[in-house]
Amino acid sequence: MNETIELAVIGAGPAGMAAAMTAHEAGLKVTVFDAEHSSGGQIYRNVDNSPLADIQAMGGDYTDGAAMVHAFQASDIRHIVGADVWNMTPEGEIGILSQGQASFVQADRIIIATGAQERPTPYEGWTLPGAMTVGAGQVLIKSSGVVPADGVVLAGLGPLLLLVAWQYQRLGVKVRAVLDMTPIGNFVRAARFLPRAMMAGDYIAKGWRLLSDLKRAGVPIHRRVTGIRVIGADRVEAIEFMVGGLTKRIDSSVVMTHFGLVPETNLTRALRLAHHWDDAQQCWRPTIDEWGQTDQPRIQVAGDGRGIFGAKSAFWSGQLAALEATRAVSKLNQAERDAKAAPIRDKQRVDHRIRPFLEALYAPNMSDCPQIPDNVTVCRCEEVTVGDVRAAAKAGAIGANQVKVLTRAGMGPCQGRQCGFSVARLMANETGRPIGEIELPRSRFPLRPISLGALAASEPPSQDGTT
Amino acid sequence: MFKRLSNTLPMVAVTVNGTAIDATAGETVAAMLLVHGEHTFRRTTVSKTPRAPYCMMGICHDCLVEIDGVANQQGCRIRVVKGMQIKHQTGAPELKL
Repeated sequence: MNETIELAVIGAGPAGMAAAMTAHEAGLKVTVFDAEHSSGGQIYRNVDNSPLADIQAMGGDYTDGAAMVHAFQASDIRHIVGADVWNMTPEGEIGILSQGQASFVQADRIIIATGAQERPTPYEGWTLPGAMTVGAGQVLIKSSGVVPADGVVLAGLGPLLLLVAWQYQRLGVKVRAVLDMTPIGNFVRAARFLPRAMMAGDYIAKGWRLLSDLKRAGVPIHRRVTGIRVIGADRVEAIEFMVGGLTKRIDSSVVMTHFGLVPETNLTRALRLAHHWDDAQQCWRPTIDEWGQTDQPRIQVAGDGRGIFGAKSAFWSGQLAALEATRAVSKLNQAERDAKAAPIRDKQRVDHRIRPFLEALYAPNMSDCPQIPDNVTVCRCEEVTVGDVRAAAKAGAIGANQVKVLTRAGMGPCQGRQCGFSVARLMANETGRPIGEIELPRSRFPLRPISLGALAASEPPSQDGTT
Repeated sequence: MFKRLSNTLPMVAVTVNGTAIDATAGETVAAMLLVHGEHTFRRTTVSKTPRAPYCMMGICHDCLVEIDGVANQQGCRIRVVKGMQIKHQTGAPELKL
């Protein structure tokens, strides 16, 4: 074993940075491992070294992150960038892959703060070059100042859809249309949560401003859109969609879709931590207590990897997890921990008032499953189609693991990150069982492609778990 | 398909499929290729259909390219350095023994 760490934090988004700073302040020996090269996670990506001439165009929710990133960078917390976690054990052994070199470290405790991913949602033509996610578009803006040269169509639902449309418009990118796919019933279901949402700070006011800015700028917004289909031979040429009973078509070489966020659970599931289906968020979440403690005593989860609550809450959840980690190593007693946690929980409670509204409003449409054509690709890596999954269900498969055996869905390089969700959804539909009862494809280490050479060159972990 | 809004970073020479081009040092290989007008990053192993970046955050593995002789590198996560040799992939890479 190469070294021992008191607290390892995986990820340097708001949750990871907050956890590291809180624990570091309390006197723990902290090491942060981040797969990225600059701190801030996806939300504050490159906020401290933006390629944009006018970073203000991105809006205050982005630029506000600069203070946090600067504070983290200015601290003397040990911070390893460009470090992928490819292996982890409940006993605290972590396999790191950095610049092609594999190594192992031993941590007394681990806070996993690896965040969310966009909800995988297959549609016709989504594998064509030029079809990407809205999140991908935003990464290109933040990390490279790169935007569609000739306009873009944005489709789907969720806060990020409107935000990126707004950011593109402010950056001078032609937003050909926003296709809002929010089902009409969602507005009705969300309405009763609106009064509570109004007391969560300025979320509603901000959302309203984004919308009115887009309208004022003349960006066409089509509502109640269904049945999107991207068309093109070797690349995207147009998007077709249904609106008001009519089929419409908009020519565009770039189409971006977004259907909300879900926790990225490949690491927590590979660890075989307990997970559960959350009906409100329509996703699987690691099962944790109010401190982010999982069913493995050394391992906690903070941030959107625990469930989708947004950047502010992620930051606070990182602080709370760190307080408990500090108590666990006896550098804080329970009363001190609870006293420090109380004001954080108060802020979190106010902030979370927005969640029922957002969850109801942006619940993905799960009822259109039978309408997805058989020829749509589900597993992008192994090119397994909706029809293949349906055939597997007819052949007796009951969950994603049987589908995997029968079709190879989930056996490619992304290791089921893109297809697992869709396969489970299709299987729920085919077998008539609730999606929460469907097994996701098993997540296994190594979590990242690692060469045999890198593995052979690494110093093997000791057998007894000590250094 | 994509353009760069402004550029304050230094330019370095790299090759894409053997052709020398000027690239921005420090940005991701995927962003660089998109700006350079590369629509297709690779052709798939199963049906040889064209693919390009989808998620840009290391999840989807659709932006795989060969970098300096090593196949299946995630273009969205690797940064451009001087002299980098980038190649598109068609089908499964050859096993070099």
